[in-house]
Amino acid sequence: MTEKPGFDELPALIASMTGDEKHFHAAMSTLDVLWVLYTRVLRVTPAMEEGRDRFYLSKGHGPMAYYATLAATGFLDPAEFQRFGAFHSPLGHHPDRVLVPGVEISSGSLGHGLPLAVGTALGLRAQGRSEPAIWVLVGDGELDEGSNHEAIAYAGRARLDQLNVVLVDNASATHGWPGGPESRFAVEGWSTMRVNGRDHDALETAFTTPHAGRPHLVVAEVAEGGS
Amino acid sequence: MAGVMRERFAEVMTELLGEDERLVLILADLSVGLFEKARLEHPDRCLNLGIREQLLISVAGGMALAGIRPVVHSFAPFLIERPFEQIKLDLNHQDVGAVLVSAGASYDIASGGRSHQAPGDIALLDTLPDWTVHVPGHPDEAEIHLREAVMGDGRVYLRLSNQSNERSYAAAHGFRVLREGGSGTVIAIGPMADATLMATEGLDVTVLYAATIRPFDTAGLRASLLKQKDAAVVIVEPYLAGTSLTHITTGLPDIPHRALGLGVGLVELRNYGTPRQHAIAHGLGTAGIRRSVASFFSL
Repeated sequence: MTEKPGFDELPALIASMTGDEKHFHAAMSTLDVLWVLYTRVLRVTPAMEEGRDRFYLSKGHGPMAYYATLAATGFLDPAEFQRFGAFHSPLGHHPDRVLVPGVEISSGSLGHGLPLAVGTALGLRAQGRSEPAIWVLVGDGELDEGSNHEAIAYAGRARLDQLNVVLVDNASATHGWPGGPESRFAVEGWSTMRVNGRDHDALETAFTTPHAGRPHLVVAEVAEGGS
Repeated sequence: MAGVMRERFAEVMTELLGEDERLVLILADLSVGLFEKARLEHPDRCLNLGIREQLLISVAGGMALAGIRPVVHSFAPFLIERPFEQIKLDLNHQDVGAVLVSAGASYDIASGGRSHQAPGDIALLDTLPDWTVHVPGHPDEAEIHLREAVMGDGRVYLRLSNQSNERSYAAAHGFRVLREGGSGTVIAIGPMADATLMATEGLDVTVLYAATIRPFDTAGLRASLLKQKDAAVVIVEPYLAGTSLTHITTGLPDIPHRALGLGVGLVELRNYGTPRQHAIAHGLGTAGIRRSVASFFSL
């Protein structure tokens, strides 16, 4: 494996993958959130221990920042990026958990990651395992999908405090969210916070804020654009 | 026999939840009353999500990712048709398993109209790989299929119905010979066995039976056809007519053959009434099946 890149090197790595991939802005919108999660918050290593925290990338388009972060944290060999999107490459324009080490869910079609995460949180509860945390990254545009709202409502009622959502808000939802997307979560009983999505310390503080008895939402605000 | 398969499912599933901590039953309001004991005894492993059928399947997928063996139950249209993308992506594409158990079948809820009928459920699942599909013809078969399914890790669809044969014919995978004849083969699936046997009484045909339709028992069909003078087969399915014809054709690439699929017609009957009236309207009553079989085999 080639040497692990640092955060400052990630944009160049991402650019090396983009080619004709149209979701460059989507990838860049998630980069800081992913970096803070993987380097400061998630208890996960390439060994993928059973008791690890889970990260589900629901907004599967523009996965280049995800791949770059996985490379920087030892899950992936950056040399793979040269084959990004090729027929035999494990790295597609939407990630596949069967093909990519460290990827917990296959995503692409929007509105699946959060409902899957609710299932995993319920599964861990059924097993009496209270420690692993589940993290889901969704986009504000993705929140339009109705399946998310089934999940948001149920997670609140079930008081799934192992469940955490980081919503990258780049104002891409076509019709917007009155009161911000966090209002939709708050009404269902979630803990909610909004922070600057480029401020690593603020992100870490929000991600690690206690929220006993409630699922947790962090809205990470980034510049408008992408999706 | 109304409702007995679903009631047997509730009884056995409740028992299984007490035996195997890997199992979780997930509901979406329907049939919840049948599982009150299970919900009291296993509040974290017998869940009612409310009327949220997309979430129903996604939660199963997420649980399977955590090592749970999820069993998911609702009426067929709300279990298979409404959340079909979740089945495709949150089960198949995640490469995880689950046991989906439906009730209502094609027209058990005849008086409920089209919204509560799902004759196309198995045809839909046929667009996805690696599903085992059981269509039990008797509560005893349903119980055997359920017990087998929860032990595994794969993707299983168990299609319960209020329509039932008077006795169990077989729950083993593959075709069982119910009657032998020389002019051709008639395959009866699940609850169609009694009607098919009556319809073919006195006709010189072999009658095969299966309650497990996926994987399709190509070897069993070939063995039957090779004994007969005419490689001709009629399959009588209690769901969309012709659903299994592709499996018959692709399984017999080297045998010139004729095949006819009987089942629920591709029409929207804007009628209510009873399941029996719907069966007759689709040519699945005894007289309708006999007429089709006799005509096909020129008997």
